[in-house]
Amino acid sequence: MNALLGLIGGLIFGFGLALSGMTDTNKVLGFLDITGAWQPALIFVMGSAVAVTAVAFRFVLRREQPLFDADFHLPIKRAVDGRLLFGAAVFGIGWGIYGYCPGPALTALIYGQTDSFLFVAAMLAGMAISSRLTR
Amino acid sequence: MSETYLMATAGGLLIGLSSVLLLLGNGRIAGISNILWGAVSVHRPLAWRWLFLAGLLAGGALAHTVFAVPLPEASRLGTPMALLGGLVVGLGTRLGNGCTSGHGVCGLGLLSLRSLLATLCFMASGVITVYVLRHILGIGL
Repeated sequence: MNALLGLIGGLIFGFGLALSGMTDTNKVLGFLDITGAWQPALIFVMGSAVAVTAVAFRFVLRREQPLFDADFHLPIKRAVDGRLLFGAAVFGIGWGIYGYCPGPALTALIYGQTDSFLFVAAMLAGMAISSRLTR
Repeated sequence: MSETYLMATAGGLLIGLSSVLLLLGNGRIAGISNILWGAVSVHRPLAWRWLFLAGLLAGGALAHTVFAVPLPEASRLGTPMALLGGLVVGLGTRLGNGCTSGHGVCGLGLLSLRSLLATLCFMASGVITVYVLRHILGIGL
């Protein structure tokens, strides 16, 4: 069930990404371009997603355990540190350079653009370098 | 125009729904950068991670084929920008422990201060990056 739920979750997430416009780099860069011809629509993607999670997570976390696992696997870090803020700022730079964040970059592989595959390969390389450096 | 907003909202609701299902069923956070890195780096990755990633592609294909969501126009930024963008996204998401989904959608849903600050950081740096590239360096317009 655990694995099946992973698949169903991925299907819904990927469908949502493609529907929302997040897999369109032109729309994403237009959204980030607030001083240019700003395209504000994508604010509704995160807005409506967070509206759902902020309400539903509270009910889910009242449970002793999830349906198909013994425990909730929640982030344990609480402290805000320089590494978090620096890493997030670096991620934003990459997002602004090409217009893909990790989820849409993966879903966009279905469009068959060579540059999308290269983006994902470079992203994995960046993750590997980061993990090596911070170990 | 209003259709764009409708699709953005509906897509966001589905992303939220997926995140709720994953937490309710598996007790997991739907943070794509962490799921991806877990799938490729953990010694014995759990099947749900690979199936989630497969679903991410299949779900997109479903949206465009069965539900006729129009295909996006291909990027004209070129290969060097794709490589650079990908590398920087990879570096930053590992360093900052998350991306738009993990910190943005799930972290804000958990009312996490770390995620709120991370989200403000990547939003701000994304906006600044596009400003510098488009309006100072004249790249990509």
